[in-house]
Amino acid sequence: MKKVGVFVCHCGTNIAQTVNCEQLAEAAKTLPGVAYSTEYKYMCSDPGQTMIKKAIEEHNLDRVVVAACSPRMHEATFRKCVNGAGLNPYLLEIANIREQCSWVHSDKTKATAKAEDLIRMAVAKALKNEKLTPSVIPIHKRALVIGGGIAGIQAALDIADTGYQVDLVEREPSIGGKMAQIDKTFPTMDCSACILTPKMVDAAQHPNITIIAYSEVEKVEGYVGNFDVTIRRKATCVDPVKCTGCGLCSQKCPSKTDSEFECNMSQRPAIYSPFPQAIPNKPVIDQEACRYFKTGKCKICQKICASDAVNFEDQDELVTIRYGAIVVATGYSLYDYNQYGEYGYGQYPDVISGLDFERLVNASGPTMGKIKRPSDGQEPKTVVFIKCVGSRDANRGHDYCSRACCMYTAKHATMVRDKIKDSQAVVFYMDIRTPGKNYEEFYLRAVEEYGVTYVRGRVSRIYMESGNLIVQGEDTILGTQILVVADMVVLATAMEAQPDAAEFARKIGITFDQNNFFNEAHPKLRPVETFSAGIYLAGACQGPKDIPDSVAQAGAAAAKVVALLSKDEMATEPIVAEVNTNHCSGCGFCVPVCPYKAISLKTLTERVHGSVAWGPAGKEITRQVAEVNKGLCQGCGACTVNCRSGALDLLGFTNEQILAEVDSL
Amino acid sequence: MTMDNGQWTMDNEMQRQQGTSVRLDSVGKDWDPKILVFACQYCTYAGADLAGLSRLQYPTTTRVIRVPCSGRTNPQFVIRAFQKGFDGVLVAGCHPGDCHFSTGNYFTRRRYLLMTRLMEFVGMDPRRFRVCWISGSEGPKFQQVVTELTDAIRPLGPNHKLRDTELSSLVGGIGR
Ligand SMILES: Cc1cc2nc3c(=O)[nH]c(=O)nc-3n(C[C@H](O)[C@H](O)[C@H](O)COP(=O)(O)OP(=O)(O)OC[C@H]3O[C@@H](n4cnc5c(N)ncnc54)[C@H](O)[C@@H]3O)c2cc1C
Repeated sequence: MKKVGVFVCHCGTNIAQTVNCEQLAEAAKTLPGVAYSTEYKYMCSDPGQTMIKKAIEEHNLDRVVVAACSPRMHEATFRKCVNGAGLNPYLLEIANIREQCSWVHSDKTKATAKAEDLIRMAVAKALKNEKLTPSVIPIHKRALVIGGGIAGIQAALDIADTGYQVDLVEREPSIGGKMAQIDKTFPTMDCSACILTPKMVDAAQHPNITIIAYSEVEKVEGYVGNFDVTIRRKATCVDPVKCTGCGLCSQKCPSKTDSEFECNMSQRPAIYSPFPQAIPNKPVIDQEACRYFKTGKCKICQKICASDAVNFEDQDELVTIRYGAIVVATGYSLYDYNQYGEYGYGQYPDVISGLDFERLVNASGPTMGKIKRPSDGQEPKTVVFIKCVGSRDANRGHDYCSRACCMYTAKHATMVRDKIKDSQAVVFYMDIRTPGKNYEEFYLRAVEEYGVTYVRGRVSRIYMESGNLIVQGEDTILGTQILVVADMVVLATAMEAQPDAAEFARKIGITFDQNNFFNEAHPKLRPVETFSAGIYLAGACQGPKDIPDSVAQAGAAAAKVVALLSKDEMATEPIVAEVNTNHCSGCGFCVPVCPYKAISLKTLTERVHGSVAWGPAGKEITRQVAEVNKGLCQGCGACTVNCRSGALDLLGFTNEQILAEVDSL
Repeated sequence: MTMDNGQWTMDNEMQRQQGTSVRLDSVGKDWDPKILVFACQYCTYAGADLAGLSRLQYPTTTRVIRVPCSGRTNPQFVIRAFQKGFDGVLVAGCHPGDCHFSTGNYFTRRRYLLMTRLMEFVGMDPRRFRVCWISGSEGPKFQQVVTELTDAIRPLGPNHKLRDTELSSLVGGIGR
């Protein structure tokens, strides 16, 4: 005989003022299975919990129902409490008589009657509760960081510093991300390379970090603590062990193509490193640009390589490595302003993006740091900046604010005024958003010290007239139309999700929002976790972010990874789906329903006992049945509804338990 | 069937008197239909808790069963609720796109389109059954949905269609 104890909480007067708690406790005694019942002012308090524990011992209770506040409030507390008295924590049920009863009703008779029902339901369910034990899964002590921008580099360094092994996978030939392309950084104006490249070197030399560049994640299987990740190492055609990184091959290479790193404003050879401080500092052959791969003739690089490192036979290679945790730091991409007809659909060479501008002012960029406009190489005297191109524009771009543009535009305008004598910098803006330490001051300096002109209003059109760019806009403060004759226009284009973000997210099993940025588990309280245990986010892949925020988030993600890896094993929530293989028909309908790919079919070999439909007694048969991976299952129960043979059930919320609740009423 | 300012039109009242054998006092103007809510624990259950925190009042004849995800709600549970004499059933979960389990509520949506058809097929008024999305921050919406559902079912009278026969005489089994 099961013996349920019912404990009714007054919650001070929170419950007691609309529910007659004494009456409840009395009524509970009459419910089937209830062996003991009582009430108390504060069940969650120390004396309250002691009372429960004592009653469990004295009355040999094997099920406990606490009628109190929401289970979302104190289920964990009371589970711990009954466990303290030797009961399995999952033998506890909560009747929510506060949030869902005393607080939402005022008629005491009706509220008390309802509370009685809620207890009746909880008791009915508790009677069907079974002991559940968390399963234990091992934690593999190696971390994977995907994406080698500033966020990925920082996360890798922080994890590695605590002693764990980290692999940093970057799809480009070098780590560094967008920050490597940026010239100076707001709000301090220190040179981006000066603060980034030392970190890149630290990562390369760190004994616990392995940089896997020019590679992409192909497949992720497994679950927290045990991810089996297949990585595609793209063929570089250069043996990284033999190559000394002397760079002679790049100098002599006769094939040239646009340089992505220089925003297509200059050319690079087919055998190349994206930039001089690249890490790893070994070139790769871009097979699409390489003359040998296109025509079968050339091999100049191979001939001149003193260390015999060039290997045209190199093939892509797939490696599968096990990781305990994953940090996703794949960054962002930029809005393509060619979609803006009124800004010339990208046909005016002197209308450029902010990132193009970064390369134009960079001392190692295509113009050696002299600001020269792309069309004729002249120094522009009047430079117009337009903010919110693709941001805060639901029609053509995105609803959201890209966060970094107000600041980098102020930075760019300052640089124009600083570097070009007698220049004019005009910024068209919708709002100026500078929430960050020393950010407002930075913007004010641009206006007050550098004399940048800020015009509040949108630019409606850019057009050419006698060789000049005419920027037509509105000054909404003065309420007038204005025309600016500009030598160059810089567009602050929106930061947006990587073009392959959705596909990537599906591949590794995380979710993404309406803008394809990856979803954090909670926007405020779990900003670096994803819904998939063991996978964390850092940097702009989660949403537009500047460098300080990316670095902070990377540190937070690293702390989560380290907390996980520091355990040898972890307990998993026992509320998972379970298959009754006797009932399972192996139809496989449950397999595609599971969002976590936790269900697969396995073959079962068994000897038939007695005569059954599918074979005579004693015969050995093999059949397919569903199998649930407890590490992957998150306990949503979608599969149970889909199961045609009724073989799947969700522990903790079984069909029997839920129906018992319904039936009790 | 219409309701004006909370007053039942005469034909409603008459219809109820003629069409059923229910005791009149239990289906009067202040008769509240019994509603069972299957609430996903991440969104709607939290929304119901928030309604509590905000002290938003709704009919005492509402009962909530917590499920991990709206996608856990087996249509069998809904049918059983009607068999056990509930007058209306609500399945509620996270808004599309917000499911804690990423896709559970999409299954709910698809499944319950079919469920509504099944209701029509067996001759139940499909208005007795609703699926909706209530997030953890939508306490007022929880209040509004259960109140509206209660109001919408009141003119339909008690559910006699799927109710187990031995229960037919026990109108108002809950909220006694
Ligand atoms: C014009 C401009 C100027 C800016 N100026 C400043 C400034 O002055 N100060 C400031 O604080 N911020 C500035 N920012 C913002 C800054 O660029 C970002 O905050 C920062 O780069 C975000 O870093 P990240 O590592 O998240 O992303 P990224 O820099 O985008 O790095 C992501 C990395 O992941 C790699 N990757 C992507 N997908 C995959 C994949 N599937 N597999 C493997 N690798 C992958 C990419 O190749 C890249 O190396 C500026 C931005 C712009 C556009």
